[in-house]
Amino acid sequence: MGLKTFKGGVHPYEGKELAKDAPIAEVLPKGDLVYPLSQHIGAPAIPIVTKGDTVLKGQKIAEAGGFVSSPIYASASGTVKAIEPRRVAVGDMVNSIVIENDGAFTEVEYTPCDDVTSLSNEEIIGKIKEAGVVGMGGAGFPTHVKLSPKEPDKIEYIIANCAECEPYLTADYRRMLENPNELIEGMKIILQLFDGAKGIFGVENNKPDCIEKLQELVKDEPRLEVCPLETKYPQGGERQLIYAVTGRSINSKMLPADAGCIVDNVETIIAIYNAVKLGKPGSNRLATITGDAVENPGNFLYNIGTNYAELVEAAGGFKVQPEKIISGGPMMGFAMFGLDVPTTKTSSSLLCLSTDEVAAMEPTACINCGRCVEACPEQLVPSRLAKFADHGASEEFEKWHGLECVECGSCSFICPAKRQLAQSIKTMKKQVLAAKRKK
Amino acid sequence: MSDLYHVSSSPHVRSKDTTARIMLYVILALLPATLFGIYNFGYRALILILVTIASCVASEWIFDRIVHKKNTIGDLSAVVTGLLLALNLPSTLPWWEAVLGGVFAIIIVKCLFGGLGQNFMNPALGARCFLLIAFAADMTNFVTDTYTGATPLAAMRSGEAVNTMDMLIGRTAGTIGETSAIAILIGAIFLILMGVIDLKIPGSYIVTFVIFMLLFGGHGFDWTYITAQLCGGGLMLGAFFMATDYVTSPITPWGQILFGICCGILTGVFRCFGANAEGVSFAIILSNLLVPIIEKYTVPKAFGQIRGEKKQEGGK
Repeated sequence: MGLKTFKGGVHPYEGKELAKDAPIAEVLPKGDLVYPLSQHIGAPAIPIVTKGDTVLKGQKIAEAGGFVSSPIYASASGTVKAIEPRRVAVGDMVNSIVIENDGAFTEVEYTPCDDVTSLSNEEIIGKIKEAGVVGMGGAGFPTHVKLSPKEPDKIEYIIANCAECEPYLTADYRRMLENPNELIEGMKIILQLFDGAKGIFGVENNKPDCIEKLQELVKDEPRLEVCPLETKYPQGGERQLIYAVTGRSINSKMLPADAGCIVDNVETIIAIYNAVKLGKPGSNRLATITGDAVENPGNFLYNIGTNYAELVEAAGGFKVQPEKIISGGPMMGFAMFGLDVPTTKTSSSLLCLSTDEVAAMEPTACINCGRCVEACPEQLVPSRLAKFADHGASEEFEKWHGLECVECGSCSFICPAKRQLAQSIKTMKKQVLAAKRKK
Repeated sequence: MSDLYHVSSSPHVRSKDTTARIMLYVILALLPATLFGIYNFGYRALILILVTIASCVASEWIFDRIVHKKNTIGDLSAVVTGLLLALNLPSTLPWWEAVLGGVFAIIIVKCLFGGLGQNFMNPALGARCFLLIAFAADMTNFVTDTYTGATPLAAMRSGEAVNTMDMLIGRTAGTIGETSAIAILIGAIFLILMGVIDLKIPGSYIVTFVIFMLLFGGHGFDWTYITAQLCGGGLMLGAFFMATDYVTSPITPWGQILFGICCGILTGVFRCFGANAEGVSFAIILSNLLVPIIEKYTVPKAFGQIRGEKKQEGGK
């Protein structure tokens, strides 16, 4: 029997050997810290400090702007220097709180919880909400919303997304090796919310040491299980992961909860553990700083809000001038103009490539080879969707299920004619969705 | 502003596959049939192959120059067209007719419709049918120094017995590349192993054709007859190398199966009821014309899409 997986997908060069053996190292910020007020899905946070205020590390500086929103905490002590629009990784200007770092890192006092099992569901979700935990895999969806489904009794599986299918990324891998107990405790906290549910760690089989370690730790836990998965991109895509683990499929109009599942990323579960057990807000996280242009690729525990340039410095700087720097992985990450942008709750990695291989490739005519159809994890026809997109044929685009695209980029990756299929489809998807909202 | 890094939409990495590499695999896969053709029909076959390829490549190069398009001969698709066309010609064809065929394939069938990826009909087969109509006598003259009789299928039509072993190996009269079923299959297996083609089109084509011939062939369950029908008349070459042409076959998985079925039925109809014993070329180019409509009705279901009224089972 083959390993569990999904239909479609691609096998890009993994590149994980660069940073995989570098143990987690802590980086303390030296310069100013910048906190964009919108670093999650939902309403922007509302600042509760003003210019000139002194703040401590771990102090709340912005309040959630609604139910689907999340508060923000200072990750260093210092003075509020400004509240002004700043450039973020994706290129937008976002209103941000800027804190001048005093270098002392004076912390507020946290109140750990000795017995998590005595907490009620409301208390747990309250703590997670208050700590500002959001999906740290990249989406940034507020975790307390995810953990409050309409019908909690119907949740059967809590899936820990330990696939880490993006090439080059190794932060989740290091977490599983170095903090497996925290990960398992975090999972148990979530399971406490859902009586009938099982906790499953879905790990790609290119991380056999993690699979072994977790299996060893959960062997006496009836509600926990490790599910080895085939190494294939996008194994860690939410819909693909659910399918691989449970055999259930959901579409764009459904939530994982509709299939009885809740999926959380490794880093998010660690944040849940920190929030509930230690009473600490989400003000630091792990990121992989890697790529062939970086002197010492590694995995760094950094304070959210740190400038990207400082992280590169922590990794020994550049050994060659990179042509492209990417926030996130090479398949779905955002290319950035420059390093002078702040990290956010969703900054899982920085990839610095010495050559931009895509720029050197010129798209040629589509030969209808169908490789994109085979690669698409959503069973779409990307070459046709891209054509409809380029022609602005929104009706055809919808008819061929263009809105189901998960933007994984497998089609562009596999295309022998080097066409920018994913780019066209993503653009059209935005237009169609925008037009729908207007109606 | 030179300190800015490159910015583009994700993904930021690409696979090593290119159009030229795929075309190269097809050329390699055609080599066994090509070499056997040269061995079987002698130097005339070699000259005809080279002339046809040269004609195709030159046509594309000249066309690109005239219309000021970027030169596209590097993608090797013109070489594939030329080689396929040559393999579909009798070795006795006058060289200038082969040149004309190459020009027709590239200029009329491919470039005038927008070049690679835009043609609605397989260029090599389009040109073959053009030659078949324009130079009917030359195109059906299979008499060489080695072979004086008709092609096996024509012989069978007139009631003669055929040797199916000869047909498998290819020691028969016919076009340059169609005679050896084994040489073609070796190439086809290579293409399947390299992931260039799969069995959807050739499989459904051959299965449909066999069923059709069993029902309407008039020979019942005569396996010698069926084997002869499968090995003869360019069916193998057509099923594995022409019907599978990416550009002129459907991209949807179910569409490919339907397309293969269309090819199989049409080939059967032409062979059983037509005036011509072969029929593969016409069956494929007619099916090429059906591709847009086949695709329209075979849009695949998206992942997790709920089928019609039937609610998702096991979901909750």
